[in-house]
Amino acid sequence: MDLFKIIDQLAEVDADVLGRFDSRRAIFGSLGTAAKRSALAATPLFLGALFQKAYAGTTGTTATAVEVLQYALALELFEQDFYAKVKASALYTAASATDKAAIDQIKKHEDSHVTLLQGAISGMSATPVSGVTFKSAVFATLVTFKTGGAATSQLGIAQLLEDTGVRAYKGRAGELLGTDLLTVALQIHSVEARHAAKIRVMRGQLAWVNPADDLAAHPVYTSGVTAGSNPGQFGLVVPAYTTPSPTENNTTQSAVPITTGLGTTYTASDAAAAFDEYLQVAEVLDNSRAGSLIGA
Amino acid sequence: MSQHSQVGGQDELITAQPLYTPIKRRSFFMYAGATAGATALVLAGCSKDDTNNNMPATGTVSLGSGDVGVLNYAYALEQLEAAFYAQVVKTPASDFMPNELAYFTQVAAHEAIHRDFFKAAINRDAPGKAIPGLTPNFTSITFSSRASVLGTAKAFEDLGVAAYNGAGKLIKTAAYLVIAGQIVSVEARHAAYVRDLLDSTGKSFAGDDQVDPTTGLDKAMMPTDVIAVAQTYVMEKLDASTVGK
Repeated sequence: MDLFKIIDQLAEVDADVLGRFDSRRAIFGSLGTAAKRSALAATPLFLGALFQKAYAGTTGTTATAVEVLQYALALELFEQDFYAKVKASALYTAASATDKAAIDQIKKHEDSHVTLLQGAISGMSATPVSGVTFKSAVFATLVTFKTGGAATSQLGIAQLLEDTGVRAYKGRAGELLGTDLLTVALQIHSVEARHAAKIRVMRGQLAWVNPADDLAAHPVYTSGVTAGSNPGQFGLVVPAYTTPSPTENNTTQSAVPITTGLGTTYTASDAAAAFDEYLQVAEVLDNSRAGSLIGA
Repeated sequence: MSQHSQVGGQDELITAQPLYTPIKRRSFFMYAGATAGATALVLAGCSKDDTNNNMPATGTVSLGSGDVGVLNYAYALEQLEAAFYAQVVKTPASDFMPNELAYFTQVAAHEAIHRDFFKAAINRDAPGKAIPGLTPNFTSITFSSRASVLGTAKAFEDLGVAAYNGAGKLIKTAAYLVIAGQIVSVEARHAAYVRDLLDSTGKSFAGDDQVDPTTGLDKAMMPTDVIAVAQTYVMEKLDASTVGK
């Protein structure tokens, strides 16, 4: 976060803010540590003001930005509710201290992302989406903490959610081209990737998506709209979908065949693992993926 | 983002890796501050349509401007990472734990692919604009030591994530942004895993030293700040002052 920019924003709202300090340098002194500075920068009020200013007067861009933020918020609410259910379960209670600490850390980030996105959306004069939850009936079928596949294990589902989140953020980055909001989205995106890596390691998988994953055949790692969806239920806007996104085992990037086209021969597994792939909104919300897990 | 706040960001980055950062913290911080100031002066007299021959008379390697600058910036960082992991695999630490060499062998392949991909993409999309192969300077790394290797890997991967996160908004072509997004999440996976190897708490994969505990946001750094850190590991002097401009 750019503190000076935020202070400038605040000064426009509250002309006295600079008057309370001798200079901008003094603000740094009075704020003290880097931790305090970043805590201030993180306040939703500041973020909202920042975003509102950033998009003021560009209605079309603002509308797109709000749509992207609402989509991100819906996915974060979904993850937040899932981890809340995990933390309330007996399986979590019985888990090791370090496993619990990992889940706590992830849940903390999902909480922060929800708060941040809600603040940003409110700051842009829109009403944040709400009520996006993980289906209780599906959660009840998860009878192990981390052993077993996605159908029966909490962390199996967690891996699918995190890897989906990583793909979902990628899918909309282009709509935020050249904006400060893109930076925020990227900063969330890489945290989701860290979560995904940790969950994978906890499950005994490699940290990166690869063809040898136990869940490699799951639709989360393929692409396409196959099972229908109900994206309108949260008021989300779904951009036009025409062509399936690349699958995670894709080995061609920007028309370059990675295995054979770079002068050195690389394995298909390494070529696929070196690049994560995006998913479009219609694919993420398809009932073969997140769609069937969202609900009361 | 302004240069001012980025210096603050440096402070946090260095604090995050005190055990392994081979630069004296104070001297580095002074250097970073001086660089930021110098950069601002250079920019004041810099036009956007400078010819990009990458090798000015001073021997400095300019990463170039615009999207090509961003691609060269990524290419430089991937060269550094690829060279590091290649050496890790070539002379593995004597005290690696089981499976760690196998892990680094895969990461070495990922980073070599990233390096080769950027070289190919730049040569295809902007012939003649690619920076040359860089000469790594790894004298500060003890490759025979697991602690040194893992500490350096952690620093490189976290730096890479912050670099891509910060550079994203400088990219003007959507297709390049998608590629950067496809790579940064792999770097974040590497970072999380190498952090996990060094961790006993369960939380370091996305620790509070790297992911802001209030916002839940990973770090983002601008090119000149990233290069100020990366410069330690490269013989050639790198100039990132026009990247994305």
